[in-house]
Amino acid sequence: MVVAVRDVHYAVDGRPIFTGVDLRARRGRITAIMGPSGTGKTTLLKLITAQIQADRGQVVVFGKELAQLRQSEIYDVRGRMGMLFQNGALLTDMSVFENVAFPVREHTDLPESLIRILVLTKLEAVGLRGAAGLMPSELSGGMARRVALARAIVMDPELLIYDEPFVGLDPISMGVIQRLIKQMNTALGITSIVVSHDVHELASIADDSYLLEAGHVAAGGKPQELLNSELPAVRQFMTGSADGPVRFHYPASDYTTQLLESEAR
Amino acid sequence: MSKGNHRGFLLEGVRKFGAAAIFLVQILGQCVPAFARPRLIAYQVYNTGARSLIIIMLAGLFVGMVLGLQGFTLLQRFGSEDALGSAAAIGLLKELGPVITALLFAGRAGTALTSEIGLMRATDQLVAMEIMAVDPLRYVAAPRFMGGLVAMPLLAAIFNIVGLYGAQLVGVDLMGVDKGSFWSQMQSSLALRDVTEGIVKSVVFGVICSLIAVHEGYHAEPTAAGVGLATTRTVVASSVLTLLLDLILTAAFLNR
Repeated sequence: MVVAVRDVHYAVDGRPIFTGVDLRARRGRITAIMGPSGTGKTTLLKLITAQIQADRGQVVVFGKELAQLRQSEIYDVRGRMGMLFQNGALLTDMSVFENVAFPVREHTDLPESLIRILVLTKLEAVGLRGAAGLMPSELSGGMARRVALARAIVMDPELLIYDEPFVGLDPISMGVIQRLIKQMNTALGITSIVVSHDVHELASIADDSYLLEAGHVAAGGKPQELLNSELPAVRQFMTGSADGPVRFHYPASDYTTQLLESEAR
Repeated sequence: MSKGNHRGFLLEGVRKFGAAAIFLVQILGQCVPAFARPRLIAYQVYNTGARSLIIIMLAGLFVGMVLGLQGFTLLQRFGSEDALGSAAAIGLLKELGPVITALLFAGRAGTALTSEIGLMRATDQLVAMEIMAVDPLRYVAAPRFMGGLVAMPLLAAIFNIVGLYGAQLVGVDLMGVDKGSFWSQMQSSLALRDVTEGIVKSVVFGVICSLIAVHEGYHAEPTAAGVGLATTRTVVASSVLTLLLDLILTAAFLNR
């Protein structure tokens, strides 16, 4: 078990985000975390990467409970993981090459010739060796995400976390990223956690999947089991229906009353 | 303002002061590890210092020339225009040099630092560093703070030199004060403590302006409006604190 989230409760300004979340990511497998927008998928990643702490419950990564760790120990845990941010989060004052080289320069004393080979190998893996000299501002969204992926794998992490890797990508880039996630997993044996709401893209690559809804895990299992689930909330999400237990509308007062009120004013 | 509001305002002030003090301690704790990457610090000295040179030199020249004009008109009334050199030097070294440099530093380099770090926060770059197990306090905040700390006294010194040249340009070349008297009076009337006072002030202002700029950027709300607001706060807080500390330091040096 690489990541175990046990009975986690978390609230922001008194508004509960999680009310008892349980899930686990097993070694060498791709775990998908799905759910409608606003269910706290990104918040869950923040808990796993120790950016925030749970109000109750345990988050265990590499066998260590994050809440018990000192800052230096948290950095040790983070040194074994990589994360792909939704927007890439590339360092804007560095070239593509320097961005990928950044963690290597910070954590090792490797000679420049080795760093060069390492960076070019990772850039080749994401198909962007030719873009090594470009600045992040010269990249498209899909390219930036691929550079970020090269940076995330340059230190050969044991755990790779992807935050919405398919959002806003054209079909070609989406296919490429999908294949890369699978390759990282099969070729390098990296444990992966993919957070997304792209059900079908995830179903084709994930080994295990969880559906978050209303602050807890509504369903978990193999992607095919979720696709065939008869649970109303799971069915609604998997089929993309507006009708069902998952509310599409943010809570509001009566529509007609509010429209008439504004007219009276 | 009601009593409750007074209390809230005071508490907020204390809270902000406390947060800035904790941040200063955190940055100071990262200053030594940051020396492992001296190029980062050197680049920040260039970024905050060298890039502010033109505005500092221009301001120094104009302030020096105004001092030359005003000083000459005033001293002429008492028939002691030869003392122009010492008047200009004392005014520049003890007061105008450190204070105006700090105000310009806050406006030029301080705002640039705040918006740069604020945008790094807004675009997840700081979080990305944390996830890569690189402490952004060490990699981003500490080098920028130290860069400002080194650059500020150097800029004040350059401001003073150019200011003195400006005063001489007006006093000696334009108004006809004897060049020998201008410089010899300056030499005889200036004491080491006058120079020390200026240096101490410029170092203190350097700490304050750099700390505020980095602190505001680091804690900026990660939105366009948040970064804009943080930049404004940098200028306002740096300017007010510079002037307040100038008053306190001047009084302290008088009592010595």
